[in-house]
Amino acid sequence: MKMSVAMTVNGKPVSAEIEARTLLVEFIREKLLLTGTHVGCDTAQCGACTILVDGKAVKSCNMLAIQAHNAKITTIEGLAKANGDLHPMQEAFRQHHGLQCGFCTPGMVMSAVGLAETAKSPTEAQIRDALDGNFCRCTGYHNIVKAVKAGLENMA
Amino acid sequence: MTDTLARPIGARITRKEDARFLTGAGQYTDDVTLANQSYAYFLRSPLAHARIKSIRTDKAKASPGVVAVYTGADLPATVGGLPCGWLITGTDGKPMKEPKHPLLAQGKVRHVGDQVAIVIADSLEQAKDAAEKIEVDYEELPAVVDVRDAIKKGAPAVHDEAPDNICYVWALGDKGAVDAAFAKAAHVTTLEFVNNRLIPNAIEPRACNAQHARADDSYTLYVSNQNPHVERLLMTAFVLGLPEHKVRVIAPDVGGGFGSKIYLYAEETVCVWASKLVGRPIKWTADRSEAFMSDAHGRDHVTKAELALDKDGKFLAMRVKTHAAMGAYLSTFASCIPTILYATLLAGQYTTPAIHCEVTAVFTNTAPVDAYRGAGRPEATYVVERLVSTAATEMKIAQDDIRRRNFIRTFPYQTPVALQYDIGDYDACLDGAMKMADVTGFAARKAAAAKEGKLRGLGYASYIEACGLAPSNVAGALGARAGLFEAGEVRVHPTGKVTVFTGSHSHGQGHETTFAQVVADRLGIGVDDIDVVHGDTGRIPFGMGTYGSRSLAVGGTAIVKAVDKIVAKGRKIAAHLMEVSDTDVEFKDGKFTVKGTDKSKAFAEIALTAYVPHNYPLDKLEPGLDETAFYDPTNFTYPAGTHICEVEIDSQTGETKIVSFTACDDFGNIVNPMIVEGQVHGGLTQGIGQALLEGCVYDRESGGLVTASYMDYAMPRAADVPSFKVDTRVTPCTHNPLGVKGCGEAGAIGAPAAVMSAICDAVGVKDVEMPATSERVWRAIHSKK
Repeated sequence: MKMSVAMTVNGKPVSAEIEARTLLVEFIREKLLLTGTHVGCDTAQCGACTILVDGKAVKSCNMLAIQAHNAKITTIEGLAKANGDLHPMQEAFRQHHGLQCGFCTPGMVMSAVGLAETAKSPTEAQIRDALDGNFCRCTGYHNIVKAVKAGLENMA
Repeated sequence: MTDTLARPIGARITRKEDARFLTGAGQYTDDVTLANQSYAYFLRSPLAHARIKSIRTDKAKASPGVVAVYTGADLPATVGGLPCGWLITGTDGKPMKEPKHPLLAQGKVRHVGDQVAIVIADSLEQAKDAAEKIEVDYEELPAVVDVRDAIKKGAPAVHDEAPDNICYVWALGDKGAVDAAFAKAAHVTTLEFVNNRLIPNAIEPRACNAQHARADDSYTLYVSNQNPHVERLLMTAFVLGLPEHKVRVIAPDVGGGFGSKIYLYAEETVCVWASKLVGRPIKWTADRSEAFMSDAHGRDHVTKAELALDKDGKFLAMRVKTHAAMGAYLSTFASCIPTILYATLLAGQYTTPAIHCEVTAVFTNTAPVDAYRGAGRPEATYVVERLVSTAATEMKIAQDDIRRRNFIRTFPYQTPVALQYDIGDYDACLDGAMKMADVTGFAARKAAAAKEGKLRGLGYASYIEACGLAPSNVAGALGARAGLFEAGEVRVHPTGKVTVFTGSHSHGQGHETTFAQVVADRLGIGVDDIDVVHGDTGRIPFGMGTYGSRSLAVGGTAIVKAVDKIVAKGRKIAAHLMEVSDTDVEFKDGKFTVKGTDKSKAFAEIALTAYVPHNYPLDKLEPGLDETAFYDPTNFTYPAGTHICEVEIDSQTGETKIVSFTACDDFGNIVNPMIVEGQVHGGLTQGIGQALLEGCVYDRESGGLVTASYMDYAMPRAADVPSFKVDTRVTPCTHNPLGVKGCGEAGAIGAPAAVMSAICDAVGVKDVEMPATSERVWRAIHSKK
């Protein structure tokens, strides 16, 4: 069944006719060709597909595209300023070596940005708990935790 | 003045590759979209072992959007099985058993997830829908998934060629000397344990996109892989019979490998083969459950190990007997992991004079087992360090003391298990780790924890690894069917900018930064003026790829050799321009200077002259400035260090928390400390994962894979690990120009033994099985009551 969907993605209005069963992550990757949002599992565990939906960090594999109708979406491609300046969270990940292979990174950064909505200056333990939904197999989380802490401070 | 400038080598430079990864501009294989591409889905065996009586594909072929369906019967006789790259010769003098590993099942399926058919369609959904219409009539056969079951008399045979399921029995060391030493030992420590099977779980699943070009009958394969040239060589020469020069393999950004993407797999090989038949690109991306079922797994050893000591705690001999699972088929390097990369490491950091190790490699109805971060060396370290820690406890010798009584301190040191260590300072790393871990304060912390009903324990692992694989002639003598050198090309452009082409692939390790630092340091130019290209057989001369912590030691050295050629040629050009002899010109800090004068030519000026050779010695020298070098190492490198883990256990629940983890490592010289620390953190977390969380479980009756999703396989999450205390000590490697040893695997090698010894220390038991789940630890606590 085809349905029409419209939303704002990274500040730009988009609309399309899609199969009703299309997942939001499929819509973002395959229709919009925004391939920065990644898919690392099929059970909503890894968090590589995390994006912001109306400011909240959401796993885009766990939501149908039509559920995001009229929503305001931000993906990793929409985080830096138009002039190329990185978002404070992106910059913090760079400074603290919070990424290695880069595959979990977009989801990790979006989760961390989403965290700013709920916790302004969390402790290390709170950051670790908050990243529960995002796997990283490379960094051992050590530098991600440092990066998130610094990123949140710089966002404040 | 230049002496005070910060040198690129040793600097914490932020990574060049981060800009694209942080903005979503990375290009992983699944991000590659080719015009008119079709999508593949593999139908896999739901059974661990079965005879295929018939396969009907007609309904699937008629399904909407389907382009083609192929099974094992469609593969031409000229298409071979997936090859194994290392021949192990058994103690009986016979070669290992090498049953065919077909691209698509032929006659039988041998593990859950074994690929049976490929469906190619206009969309992935259509391919999946059609796969459901394939009718496979299986005759289920009894299966064996555990090596202990597989070696029993009358066990079902995975392959007719190996009726006892034994691939080889191999041994290393002087058995007579070991037996004699045990006979006169004052104390013998014995351990029997399982080194748990792990699933690598790079967060990017394996993927490929294969395209055939009618114009010149060539192929382009995008594939998530750690060594594209080896992938191409194996695929063309050994499986598909295609001309090697007609296939270009591109491994673009790769989202983690940890060994699991070294190998040539069936999926990409079938897609390449089928791409010409269907006349369209074929894209395939594994979903996570497929990754669990079909990626090569790691570890899976069952071992009995004994250490003989004299009354003073000096090691006299070690005896090790291991059964290692190979899985249902031999993966690319499967056979060398529990032999060449395992038994050779059993001396550890110690002077143990006699060691004997016997390894029986066993076929089981499971996914193949191959190298996973550390590859044989974590298993060896687990044997050595758990024996040493247990012996110390049994003989009431302090953990550091028993190690110091046995450390090797004279180099080069020839071990009784083939390796010759070039250099090391094991006391320095032990001292450093003990200081950082505040070992002197442990007794007070343990007492404080006890007041709250908590058990505290301290565990040590003083590991060694053999990295920088490897001298090709040595590897060849041991059965390697490939060389183990590396290639590098340094292309200086007319403006003095540089592109480096390396055969070492980067999938998180940061080669684009580290290698640029090496070249910047040598050429005296900016890191930003250098780009590093990897992962493309169409652009890079050759490469053996990334594994065994070899990239900087071998790949980096190849680049240094190429830079040396650039400098040598540049000196000649500079000498010509300044009208002096070559020998009067020195190169330093980016300038060719006439010795003892202030007369000099900048590097960029020499580069321009090489490409605009108006005033140039054309009779003696070719124009251009582009050099390639191949480097074959003369020895392995030997990173080593001590890891100390402190755990706190809730005695009521068995819940184990790592309260502190310290690593003091010697990786030789360090190019980028930030990147090295990151490698250690990641390795430690995988090692801690093995010790506390991860374990692949196959049902011992049905052969089904129980841990086939992230709901069932416990990956380490952020809250499962602590922040780490890491530091380094430096003894530069003696046989490569950078003095580097490699750092990628150390964490995964040392951590499991350190964690498990800490748990045993806390609970006061001899052994606990990995992964030490709360239940297992709780049972260990109660086993004492």
